[in-house]
Amino acid sequence: MKEKRLKTKKEPYVATTDSCKLCAPLGACLAFKGVEGSVPFLHGSQGCATYMRRYVISHFREPVDIASSSLGEKHAIYGGGPNLKQGLKNVMSKYHCGLIGVATTCLTETIGDDTSRLVKEFQDEFSEETLKHGRPSIVNVSTPSYSGSHIDGFQSAVRAIVDQLASNLPSCGNTVNLFPGFVSPADTRYLKEIVHDFGLNPVILPDISETLDAPAAVEYEKIPSGGTPIASIKAMGTASFSVEFGRCLTDSISAAKVLADRFKVPSKKLGTPIGLRETDIFMNTLEEISCRKTPVKYELERGRLIDSYVDGHKYISGKRAVIYGDPDMVVGLASFLTEIGIKPVLCATGAKSQHFHTAIKAVTEGILDETPEVSDNIDFFDIEETAEKFRPDVLLGSSKGYKLARKWNIPLVRLGFPIHDRFGAQRICQLGYKGTQDLFDMIVNAVIQATQDRSPIGYTYI
Amino acid sequence: MTNTIFAERKDQVHRKGEEPFQMTCDKESLAGAVSQRACVFCGSRVVLYPITDALHLVHGPIGCAVYTWDIRGALSSGPELHRHSYSTDLQESDVIFGGEDKLYRALIQLIERINPKAAFVYSTCIVGIIGDDLNGVCKKVEREKGIPVIPVESEGFKGNKRAGYNAACRAMFQLVGTGPIDDISPLSVNILGDFNLAGEIWIVRDYFERMGINVVANITGDGRVDDLRRAHGAALNLVQCSGSTIDLAKMMQDEYQIPFLRVSYFGVEDMADSLYKVADFFKDLEPAIMENTKELVRDELSKLYPKLKQYRKALEGKKAAIYVGGAFKAFSLVKAFRHLGMTVELVGSQTGTEEDYKELHEITDPGTIIVDDSNPLELSSFLQEKDVDIFVGGVKERPIAYKLGVGFCDHNHERKEALEGFVGMLNFAKEVYSTVTSPVWRFTPRQQALSSKPQEMDVLNERKAIEN
Ligand code: SF4
Ligand code: SF4
Repeated sequence: MKEKRLKTKKEPYVATTDSCKLCAPLGACLAFKGVEGSVPFLHGSQGCATYMRRYVISHFREPVDIASSSLGEKHAIYGGGPNLKQGLKNVMSKYHCGLIGVATTCLTETIGDDTSRLVKEFQDEFSEETLKHGRPSIVNVSTPSYSGSHIDGFQSAVRAIVDQLASNLPSCGNTVNLFPGFVSPADTRYLKEIVHDFGLNPVILPDISETLDAPAAVEYEKIPSGGTPIASIKAMGTASFSVEFGRCLTDSISAAKVLADRFKVPSKKLGTPIGLRETDIFMNTLEEISCRKTPVKYELERGRLIDSYVDGHKYISGKRAVIYGDPDMVVGLASFLTEIGIKPVLCATGAKSQHFHTAIKAVTEGILDETPEVSDNIDFFDIEETAEKFRPDVLLGSSKGYKLARKWNIPLVRLGFPIHDRFGAQRICQLGYKGTQDLFDMIVNAVIQATQDRSPIGYTYI
Repeated sequence: MTNTIFAERKDQVHRKGEEPFQMTCDKESLAGAVSQRACVFCGSRVVLYPITDALHLVHGPIGCAVYTWDIRGALSSGPELHRHSYSTDLQESDVIFGGEDKLYRALIQLIERINPKAAFVYSTCIVGIIGDDLNGVCKKVEREKGIPVIPVESEGFKGNKRAGYNAACRAMFQLVGTGPIDDISPLSVNILGDFNLAGEIWIVRDYFERMGINVVANITGDGRVDDLRRAHGAALNLVQCSGSTIDLAKMMQDEYQIPFLRVSYFGVEDMADSLYKVADFFKDLEPAIMENTKELVRDELSKLYPKLKQYRKALEGKKAAIYVGGAFKAFSLVKAFRHLGMTVELVGSQTGTEEDYKELHEITDPGTIIVDDSNPLELSSFLQEKDVDIFVGGVKERPIAYKLGVGFCDHNHERKEALEGFVGMLNFAKEVYSTVTSPVWRFTPRQQALSSKPQEMDVLNERKAIEN
């Protein structure tokens, strides 16, 4: 295989135009949203929290309360400690929460607030107060956005939750820890089902399946129900196994690694199961862990998927795709596209990722004779410049690529985060055989529609 | 229910009729309360970004820039620079060693690439902390590139949105007075505080043109740098919106003796009043203007009223709640709902002033809740208590309404429907009507509980009382 790699960023170019990433605390808030009874809390000025809320709300269409220490000028000078403490007290008194997830922002990182010390101080100083409110856990994570994007913030928060809460308290049943990364609520639900069907008891962290896709209810819930139970997190050290998705995940922010180091929980790092081969690996792993064969239900799903691959191949074979988004999603998609005969010509991510290139290479090797062009730390201006020469047939990624799709008059299949111009982002399935099936149908249909739209005749039979 | 309100916030909530009116406002948001407010940067970004042929560069880490990328509906009749998000995307080393060099290089590169008429450089929290000399860099680039390069002092933590408005006005004022004005008619205005959401400024401009008045500068919807440079040639400034551009109007009054009028283009009375005020101002110069205006209003209303009446029939007696950014918009909304035969049960804003709330107190009915800088817990409890049919707010308020089985109307910068002008009133009525009368509400668990089993609600309230 020939090596080809785009430079991370061309030298004289220093401004970011239309960013392909978001900031770290946003990712942390999303991770915290997947814990039962939790309230995300940003230590910083009010604007960050409000902006992130509006951004996340537009994607999930759910209430997302993110508290803030609302620092003003004097706090920026004298330190944000008092406001942080007052804010924690206030959240406890009104939300009756099980966990407060404190993430720092650029501001508090820069003024040098030692957040974990402040949280400790708070717990000592206000121990009575916290007792009164059922002693909610407080997890803190450092998320300066100038040293990582939203996906780093997300992973760091998951790791912090495990690091600060997990123990080897005895648990009930044969539990398996699953760290899926940032996937949709619908995918989380499906993953839970799969692991269950192997006779295992999954502890998925984070579990946003209900908290960010809540059913209509009679009463307004201050904190939506669902999320990973804190008791289960505390017992993660006794699980029989940890599975972690993320070929791009570095050890330094791996939650499974914490459990392996501290409690000797064996673990395996897998690719995000998009497509047949990556899902096979996941299912095989579950077979090994559970000592059971893959349930028939999934064999059937798998069979149907291959059947559809065959039925659909003619419409898409040889088409060129540009993929952008969070590294592990892009890797999964690259693997999937490669196996259905679509050529991923550019795999791009806004995040900085050391393993991105090797991961893309690994999942395309053996089918493609050349690794596609790969680029991390990229913005949409660069994506446009780079991708133009490939004359892609389809784009896959967040709704932020719409302008490109419109300009090139090609379809955009909306996946990942954020999706602000379509409905149902929380229900997008792309994992496992079933999710891949949905994805496959969506892509084939997008290509068919594009052909149809372009045809002077407008065939009604394709 | 009152348990939902933080003790520290008690005097930011008022129920009309219960006690003499008194309200605290303009306070910093309470730590730990999930305020719906944004920051200084947000305020200046909102005001400046619709200037479509300027470069808007956010100096800071990526988030501040990307969260404000093309999320609002300000339309342009030409250039579209405002629809991009440019940022210096500060990295750790910049934070340690300073971001001035990066800013300089970013400016030079972007100006060469996109050839803007001017550049606005927004500072964010972190820039305020690391102390980059924004002024110095901007001056240097201005000299080298020959276009105005204007720093906007918008560090997020230095106050709330209101302070951002002021920073934006100071930035724009640097452009005013630098263009030629000899060909400007004495019958001319600047439109301030309209952002051309869904093309609204085009509706308003059309009215003025029909009255015989020229518009010099749109500030800032569909705005152009060259128009701003000539803005001091207009005879009158029209300022819409609670405060976003009032500071600019005041500066222009002091410096160029241009008087200003406060106007609103929302709702029937306010729209008509505003046009009459303008006509009145110019009537000595051009006597025909009053007649033109009367005819315009008559004409528009004769088209509007019969249609409104139909909606009113369906909406009579329904209840509404309002929570918006600026209080000025709230005044017009209260009146607009009256036109539809509806009552307003809750009205609040993120950044109202004392006078704003006094005025709201005047125009609302007894029992109405008036609130400053509210949060989801309060808003949800007020909506439940008042059992309203529709809630008017922005994106962050929408899911609160929906979770409670309450209709919602977006009256924020993201909206895609023009709500200004007479035609805007009709659009508003249409939207309220189609929302409130949608069959979906009857299936929501909460509405079902309310309508079929009143006792269930009692149980709920009891449960809540216990929980609190
Ligand atoms: S300051 Fe940092 S944390 Fe806040 S919005 Fe900007 S990038 Fe995100
Ligand atoms: S960092 Fe400051 S300027 Fe940026 S969004 Fe947060 S509060 Fe606003």
